[in-house]
Order: sequence, then C-alpha cells, then structure tokens
Amino acid sequence: MKFSENWLREWVSPRGDTEALADLLTMAGLEVESLEPAAPLFSGVVVGEIVAIAPHPDADRLRVCQVACGAAKPLTIVCGAPNAAQGLKAPLAVVGAKLPGGLEIGKAKMRGVESFGMLCSAKELGISAEASGLLELPADAPVGADIRQYLDLADTVIELKLTPNRGDCLSIAGLAREVAALSGAKAEAMPAQDPAAAHAEARGIAVPAGADCPVYLGRVFTGIDTTAQTPAWMRRRIERAGQRCVSLVVDITNYVMLELGQPLHAFDDAKLTGDIVVRRANAGERIALLDGSEATLDDSFLVIADGTGAQAVAGVMGGAHSAVTPETTRVFLESAHFTPGVIAGRARRLNVGSEAAHRFERGVDPTLPARAMARAGQLLVELAGAQSGPLTAIRQPLPQRAAIRLRESRANAVIGVALGSKTIAGILDRLGLAHQKNGDAWTVTVPQHRFDLSIEEDLIEELVRVHGYQQVPVRAPLASLGMPPRGESVLKVAGPAARLALRDYQEVITYSFIDEADETALHGNAAPVRLANPIARQMAVMRSSLLAGLLGVLRGNLAHRQPRVRIFERGRVFLGLGETGGVAATDTAAQQPERLGGLVWGGAVDEQWGTPARAVDFFDVKADLEAVLAPHALAAEPWTGHPALHPGRAARLSVAGRDIGWLGELHPRAVQALDLGRAPVVFEIDLAALPPPGVANAEPPARTPAVRRDIAVVVDEAVQWRQIAAAIAEPPIEFLQDVSPFDIYRGQGIESGKKSLAIAMAIQDTRKTFTDAEIEAVVSAVIGRLVSTVGASLRQ
Amino acid sequence: MDPLDSLQAEAIAEFAAIDNPDLLEQAKGRYLGKQGLITERMKALGGMDPEARKAEGARINRVKTAVEDALNARREALREAALQAQLAAEALDVSLPGRGTGSGGWHPVTRVRERVCELFAGIGFEVADGPEIETDFYNFTALNTPDDHPARSMHDTFYIEGSDRLLRTHTSPIQVRFMQDNRPPLRIVAPGRVYRVDSDATHSPMFHQIEGLWVDRDVSFADLKGVVTQFLQRFFEREDLQVRFRPSFFPFTEPSAEIDMAWGDRWLEIGGCGMVHPNVLRHVDIDPEAFRGFAFGFGIDRLAMLRYGVRDLRLFYENDLRFLRQFV
Repeated sequence: MKFSENWLREWVSPRGDTEALADLLTMAGLEVESLEPAAPLFSGVVVGEIVAIAPHPDADRLRVCQVACGAAKPLTIVCGAPNAAQGLKAPLAVVGAKLPGGLEIGKAKMRGVESFGMLCSAKELGISAEASGLLELPADAPVGADIRQYLDLADTVIELKLTPNRGDCLSIAGLAREVAALSGAKAEAMPAQDPAAAHAEARGIAVPAGADCPVYLGRVFTGIDTTAQTPAWMRRRIERAGQRCVSLVVDITNYVMLELGQPLHAFDDAKLTGDIVVRRANAGERIALLDGSEATLDDSFLVIADGTGAQAVAGVMGGAHSAVTPETTRVFLESAHFTPGVIAGRARRLNVGSEAAHRFERGVDPTLPARAMARAGQLLVELAGAQSGPLTAIRQPLPQRAAIRLRESRANAVIGVALGSKTIAGILDRLGLAHQKNGDAWTVTVPQHRFDLSIEEDLIEELVRVHGYQQVPVRAPLASLGMPPRGESVLKVAGPAARLALRDYQEVITYSFIDEADETALHGNAAPVRLANPIARQMAVMRSSLLAGLLGVLRGNLAHRQPRVRIFERGRVFLGLGETGGVAATDTAAQQPERLGGLVWGGAVDEQWGTPARAVDFFDVKADLEAVLAPHALAAEPWTGHPALHPGRAARLSVAGRDIGWLGELHPRAVQALDLGRAPVVFEIDLAALPPPGVANAEPPARTPAVRRDIAVVVDEAVQWRQIAAAIAEPPIEFLQDVSPFDIYRGQGIESGKKSLAIAMAIQDTRKTFTDAEIEAVVSAVIGRLVSTVGASLRQ
Repeated sequence: MDPLDSLQAEAIAEFAAIDNPDLLEQAKGRYLGKQGLITERMKALGGMDPEARKAEGARINRVKTAVEDALNARREALREAALQAQLAAEALDVSLPGRGTGSGGWHPVTRVRERVCELFAGIGFEVADGPEIETDFYNFTALNTPDDHPARSMHDTFYIEGSDRLLRTHTSPIQVRFMQDNRPPLRIVAPGRVYRVDSDATHSPMFHQIEGLWVDRDVSFADLKGVVTQFLQRFFEREDLQVRFRPSFFPFTEPSAEIDMAWGDRWLEIGGCGMVHPNVLRHVDIDPEAFRGFAFGFGIDRLAMLRYGVRDLRLFYENDLRFLRQFV
C-alpha cells in the first residue's frame, strides 16, 4: 500500500521526520518498503504567467516571453516550448534556482536576447518521466507562489508491505488510528457531512444473501456535471497512492476508499433496470467485467443484480454494462459490507486485480459504510454538483464479536517477561480495546475494525508489538538435557555422499523439475508427475532420476571447456503420487525416494605429468562405488533395461540381495545426441535401499600371514567373473579366504572365443601354519569347482 | 727415511689416491694381506732376538694400526662419496605437482545446511525430513492457512497436474509431520528444498529453507530471541552481530516476527519466526495450554549468499565447476 505522507499527517502527525515515522511503522509490523520523495529536491521555482509573448528576432523556434512572477515587473524569458502562449501559467525557475540534477539557473543570452530564468516542464522538475512542453498550471494558480508548496511537492510517498492480517490499515484513517496508538499523537476526527436529500429518487434494494452482506446502503445521485474535473489535490493523493485517475465520479469512490478503507461502487443509474438484488450467483452465470474480462460464476460468488441480471461481482469488480462513463449524469452509489468469507480468494479465481476484494477479504469495518457514503456524497455534491437522493439502507444485525479472555499469567509466560498490569491495560487502551479485569484475567472487547483479533494469542501479540519486540529480553532457554538418539547409521563421515566428495567428486544441486523430453528419452518415463503451472517448458515435470540433471551440468561445463567432470547430486526423485500422495511416511519413501547420482567424464585422473592419460571407464567408477558403499559388498549384474545406458556396459547393483541402483556408460546414441564426444559413466543409488551398515563385530587379525597361490584357467568368453566367484563361494571352501582375478588374457595361445583368467587365492588358517598338502587341497577344490561349473580348464 | 716409516707413508698415500672400493681392497691386500708387506715384516720378527723383536714388533704394530686406520678412513670416505653420489642422482624436482586424483567438494548450500544443523545439534536439535510433493493439508491447512486465506497469495505455489498435490512452498509442513509422530518436548531442525513460482537474481523457483521447532512446557518469545540471536552470531562468527525482531504475520505463529540483522549500513531480512500458533498445536493433538513452542525459518541459500559473498542466487543452480570448486 502506497500513500502520501502529507495526507496521513493531516490526520495524525507524530513528532519526528519521515524516517522516524517509517521506523515507527516498520517496528510495529507495518513494514515500510520504500520512501520516495514526491519530487526531487529543487528550489527557486515559482508559478509564472506569460503576460506577453513575441517571436525571437534571430531564432525561428524560440520566443521571447514576459512572465509575471509576483515581482514588481515581469521578467524576460526566452523559451522554446511549443505550448508557450499568452495567459499560460507554468513553473518558472528564476535566477538562482537549483533544478534537479544540479542545474543552476543564471542570466543567459540566447541568440542575443537576455533571459532571466527558465520556464519548466514536468520532466525538468523531476515529477514526470515524460513531457512534451511546459507544465501547464491551472488558471487559478497564484502567480509567484512557490511551486513546491503549490503542487504539494514537499511530500513523500510511503509504500507499506502490509501483512494480510492488517486489513484495518489499508486506509489513511486506519493508518492514522494505528499511528496514534503507537506514538501517542492525537488523531483528528475528520467527520464527513452527510448531504441532505435534494430529491426523492431511489432504487429498491433487496438483500436475500443477508448473511454475506449484513449492511447494504444505496443512494441515487442525479445531475452530475460531466464537465467537472477531479481537483488537483485529489488527483495528487490518488496518484501518490499508486492509482490512476479515471473520471471524477470514479476518482471520488477511489478517494474515499483510500481515505476511509471502505470500497464503494458507483453504477451508472441510467443503465440499471428495476430493483437491486444482492444474492449468490447462479451456477454458470456470466458477467462482462469492467476490466474487459468475462467471468463465469458459481454460487460461491455474491453478485449485485438488477432486473436484467448480475451487474457486479460483489466486493470484487463491477460489470461493464453499468459502468460509470464520463457521460454519466446519474449514479447509484453502493456502500456495503461484504463478509470476508464471501470475498476471500474470489478475485484470484477470476484472475482480476481488485482493490475492493483486497480489503473485503481481509475484513472491512462493518460500521464504515454509512460514514463512507456520507463522505462520498459530500464530495459528489461539492465537486460534481450532484443532487443526492434519500439513503436506502438494508441492515442485518452485525455478527457479535465474542469477548476475549486475556490472562496476565499466560501473556507473561508466552512473552517471557512480565509486562505488569498497568502496562498491559495501557496498551489495551491505546489500541481502543475495551477491557475489564477480574483476578488474573481481563475480558477484552474487540472493536469492529480489528478482524485479526479473536483469540488470546492475538492479544498477546498486540501487547508485545506495541510494547516493542526489542524490549523483550534475549535469553538462552533452559531445557532438560537429553541426548537425541544418533545411530551408527547416521555417522556423517561414513555416508556414501561424504565419501564421494573425498574421492574427487564435486556435489551439484540441480532443479527437481526438468524438461519432459528428457524425462521420456533419458529416464524412459512416459507418465511423469507434471506441474500444472510450470514456469518454463524445461521445468515442466518432476524428475524420476537424477541423470538428466547431471547430464545438463556436464553439458554446461563442457561449454566452459572443462576437461574433466566428476559430479554427484543427492536429492529426491519423484516416481508418482502413490495411494496417499505421500501423506504416509511409507508412501513418501516409495514415491519420493532420496537418490545419490553421479557422473564422470574425461580422464581417469586430471591430465598430469608422469601418469599416462587414460579415459575413465566403467571399472574406475565401479571402484569408487565399491569404496563409498563399503562395508557393503557390491554385486553387479548385466542390465539392458535402461534406455540411456549402453546395453553391454550397464549393471544393476545390489547389496546383500537388495537392488540398490545402477551403473553404466551412457548409450552411444545419447552421447551423440547430447554432443558429448565421449561417453560419461553414470550411476544412481537409492539411499534408502542401502541396508544399515550395522555395527562391526571386530576380530583380531591372524597371527600368521595368508598363503598366496595363483592359478590360470581358460574359460569361454561368455563366462563372467560373478559366475566364477559364485562357484567358488558356495559351499565355502575351508581356509580359502579370498579370490581375486589379477589378469585376463586373450590371444596367442588361447583358443578364440575363450579367455584366460589368472586368479589369486589367499589361503589362511587363523590358528596355525599350513602343510603343503592342506594348501594343495584348497587349490584342487577351487579348480574342481571351476571345471565342473563353468567348464574351465587349467591353463598349462 | 726409515723403511718402515716410508712403507707407512707409501700405504697411506696409495689408499688416498684410490677412488674405487674394489681397488682399495686390493691395495689393502698388498700391505695387510697374508703376503702383504706389513704382514711379511711381522713374520720376519721370528728371527730376531727377544729385545729387538719386542722393539721392532711394537714399531710394526704402530705402523700397522696407522695403515689400518687410513684404510678404514678411506673406506668410510668412499662409502660416503658413493652415498652422496647416489643422493645427488636421486634428487627430485619437488616443485612438480603431486600425482593422482584430487579432491571433490560440497555444494555451498550443502555446506551451510550441514553447518546450521551442526550448530543446532549443539543444543539438542534433531534433524527431521519430509516429502517435497506435499498435500494442501500439510502445506497450508494444518499450518492454520485455510482455503482462500489471503496469506496463501504470499506463496506462489506450484501445483501438480491432475491432482490436489503441490510442491511444498516452505519446510514448515515437516513441523506438522514431526509433531504428529512425536510428542513434546521436542527440538528439531528440518532442512530441505522448497518451491515457489518466482525467478530472478534473488529468487529461484527452487531454493532451500531450514525450519526449526522447539516445543516444551515453558518456552517463551524471549527464549526464541535468544536462540535465533545466538545462532546468527555463531553462524556468521560475529559475536557483536546486531539482530532485531520486527512484528510480522505468519498464519502458523503468533506472535510472529521477521528477523533482521545489521549488515553493512542497513538491516537485512534474514528469516521469520514466532511462537507456534495454538491452532497448529491443536491440529496435531498437542494441548496448547500444556505446551508452547516456537518456530523459526531461514533461507539456506540466503545464508550461503551472505556467508560467501555470492550476489546472484542463480550461481548456486548453474553448477559451473569453476564456481563450485571455490568451496572445496
């Protein structure tokens, strides 16, 4: 909300300057967002009148004016403005004037004619961005008057960021009341003079929706002078409130709303037929609105209808048909109270901006309509020459505001400091809250304008707000100490993400929403969770995998010529909405699981001296995963199920038989489509699927070293290591502690279609050393298993 | 010169001239070996009378000891020279960079999140979590923001197509979920991603918040001020950091406050807080007469921007490695 400081100060003027006022408001919860001077600083500009004008002897576009400015005789001013004319009144900067931007006016010779000042445009005074000529002042402007005073330029536009609970401050009167309560300054009463009825014309009013509209006042004004203009003072106040001036009648209704906080609506009475009916809209009822839009309503909307149908959406916006125009001579003026419940959210649903709805949905004082009607009537009579008809009022009993119990003990406990009865009573008084104390508790009656006060906490907030948040001590709380449970599984140093960061991976954070095309092509998800209102096509669906985001980061960094990219992201992915939409914890885990995804592209290590350059491959990244997931043993099986992975270089990963994610090289098609040059290795781990690491059950290391034996076996190319490992593992061979492949050989000496695997065995008895026979028995057992299960032959 | 003395001089001179350990051993043989010149002299003592043998023997021994010392010294010198030569040959250019893999790092937002959690863990706050696709109930209704409440327009919400779900606009729903499952006294912080329809240099459609909640029998607004003030002073490592609390409005707290801190020559809004609204407690079956609570929330991205001097929020989500590596 914007307003003119001078206007407010007419109602209440606390001590101190603009900054002090702004600080008072901000620290009371009415946050001042900006302070803008109505005009930049300048001086020495007065109202001038061109009393004579003659062509310049030596310049076609200049003229020589005699300008009266209250001095003994007119000044000679050379002027190039096209609208300079005899009789025109315009701002005159006299010699010695200082204009915005630092321009100082002195005597100047212009093409041989001496000029004793400068006639100014609005732009030159800094009060408008555009100007086509001299700022034309009204004919009654007093010649010689200081222009800052005359145009009320020594003013500041204050913009407040009002919170939704303080609808009562959306007017000068409301702010004045608040400022008076906060500062102790006295607010002026500013009564309005209700015009007497000058004729008997009236329109019938029926309010079947009385619960939505407990007060409806209507009055017909006739004889409106269509030539009357909005006076400059009113125009300034409306414009400084950030609103546009439209026509005198509309300006008056807006002005009264800004002044008192009561939205009014003026209908062109000549366009209305029959009685006014305030009712709920029929389902599907349509109305063309003032802003040019077309609304289709339902029975949650309240309408103001006449004999032909809806003429306004009550409290939101008037209809186009009965809108007031510059030709309107008869007006039906509405001043009503609509309950917040029937207005809240309605403007948003119709997608219209409405100052009226903004106020009604926050709550407007239901006692205001009569006062606002009187004030608007007074202005219509005074400024538009209107004749007022009699007032028609339909009133229901106003809903009673229940008294609130305010316990001093509770207030002290919530605030954390005892304010004392006297202070509390004083604050209640300042806020106009009637109160009566009985023992510990006050019974507080809330005035009609405070829609935000209905429970004890509301009053406690008012107490501490007016007392000052800064007055409340800053205290370290007392609490009984208890250690929160913290299992081994949450040990931060052991987390896979933390370990990745130590293994040369940089964490990234990408958007949770991605392009649907990526979701389909890269994640193979044809039915993604879509946003109803995305901000861009590239951010339209929720990701079901981290892959697309990581590839995006890769591409961005390749554009910056990064030679090597190793990144990871930890975040949720979105698989669906599930039965309960994630309301149950189990559902959240299933539908919005947290994943750890990674991508590696480029060299196995940074290009460096003394290490041969080598592209990173599947097994480099697998080693990273084995390391970060330890102590879990990672198992990998070939996998062709991912649309974006190389079908021969992708694996499903599991730990203890539980599927935990995947690892693979990006599919060559995707590499080409994304123009990556070479394939990144990518992975994704479902963090919740990882079994808890458990607590290690330590055993002392063996006293004797393990014995190592190597064998080489020849197997079919199709035989995979996991089959060999499985054959050796089950059933366990006694003393065999570990087997690992240390060479794979194809080529000379090995039949084509076969490969030779060199396997190292660690054989250990924790109690004693071995005999050769025992060792040979282990080796034979291993060879026997391999011969019988994978058709291996011992390589000679 | 006495032949024995000249023998000694000769041997010492010869040793000194030898640079090769093998040749030195050969030279040793010539003097001290079985048929060496000195050994021969010793053997010759047998033919002398006892008096002369004793005198001559002592003389030869002296010479022998002198020659052996010279030999040993020369051996040592050659070993030392060889070692020095080896060391010189093995010298590295230690200024070359190290080899192998480097180190990765955390995103600045994560660093700040972890740091905030750690600071609060110091006074017994647990970390809580919740879903990012939320229901209207948890994001608004349970937080005392019913349908059509004007406060809903404070949040520009992303909705899920074909459903009444939404992307959470704040981390506050986690409060509600946690209080449904846990009884007071409780202290939690809940960090996470949140979403609003907004995008410019200071707004991202996705950003991070951290929510704090303390519910206990006797906590007050003064305690809230204490916790929040101390947190900001610790986080920014400035014990003199000025923090002020300014009345505001959130549907789920009352009294509510904006948290400002002095930054340069102005006040900067850094978070919001307040006493938990009794309606929020009632929604999760906690008796507001028996328990009170306070809650606070900070933008993690905003804390990170201030902490690290980042001016454009979008840098956090561009993931340019040249930017991110500054936080390793």
